[in-house]
Amino acid sequence: MTEQRVSYTLDSTLETVDNAEQAASRIALEAGFGDDEVMQISMAVREAAVNAVLHGNAYDPGKKVNLEFERTERDLVITIRDQGKGLDLSKIPDPLAPENLLKTSGRGIFLIRSFMDEVQIHPSHTGTEIKLVKHVPGPSLDVKEASQ
Amino acid sequence: MSSLKTSTRQVDGVAIVDCSGRITLGEGSVILRDTVRDLLSKGQKKILLNLGEVTYIDSSGIGELVSAFTTVRNQGGELKLLNLTKKVHDLLQITKLYTVFDVRDEEATAIKAFK
Repeated sequence: MTEQRVSYTLDSTLETVDNAEQAASRIALEAGFGDDEVMQISMAVREAAVNAVLHGNAYDPGKKVNLEFERTERDLVITIRDQGKGLDLSKIPDPLAPENLLKTSGRGIFLIRSFMDEVQIHPSHTGTEIKLVKHVPGPSLDVKEASQ
Repeated sequence: MSSLKTSTRQVDGVAIVDCSGRITLGEGSVILRDTVRDLLSKGQKKILLNLGEVTYIDSSGIGELVSAFTTVRNQGGELKLLNLTKKVHDLLQITKLYTVFDVRDEEATAIKAFK
């Protein structure tokens, strides 16, 4: 399996959110994920892109979003960076808490964590980097399926 | 990407909003918000959102459904959901909203469930 990496530098616009989702969907399909996982990956990337564009860069045309996909032997690794003030992790509410259930926002990070195998969030004063990892369907599974 | 399309019909005093497309940040969420507000402004407080043709909802779309639900309820009305796709069903399950909404599979039963 050859390792592949592709990177995009995107404007802080709603189009970026759609483009990031579409790119994630295409790359996840190419990586061999099934329909459900493709949807999960594309939605996680969409939510991360929304955070970067809205909450990170706040639609500032002078700030960019960097989106990177890396296909390793075992994983699809997606990194999204913004140039905002840095996400305050202590201010992310638990959307499943009874007092938050009927809130109209605050579910993005929760959905990302629900859909990906690993999520790392690195806020700093120069922006937030979020790394999403999904394990690709393994060769051992392919061997099992082929032998049946 | 196809945005949200809505079409409203009246059955036994209930406004059934047939939705198709995507309820996502931006146009899709705005269309849903405007549709519900428009119905409320006309005094229509029994609203059934048919999501059978909704292909995608993001966290903003989920927030818009919650907003529609609470807005209608705060005005003394009822908002129910009809025909969830598996994707939307699963999203409402993991966000624990499935039990908050009144979710129905059959239009006739849903209409009868309005007070």
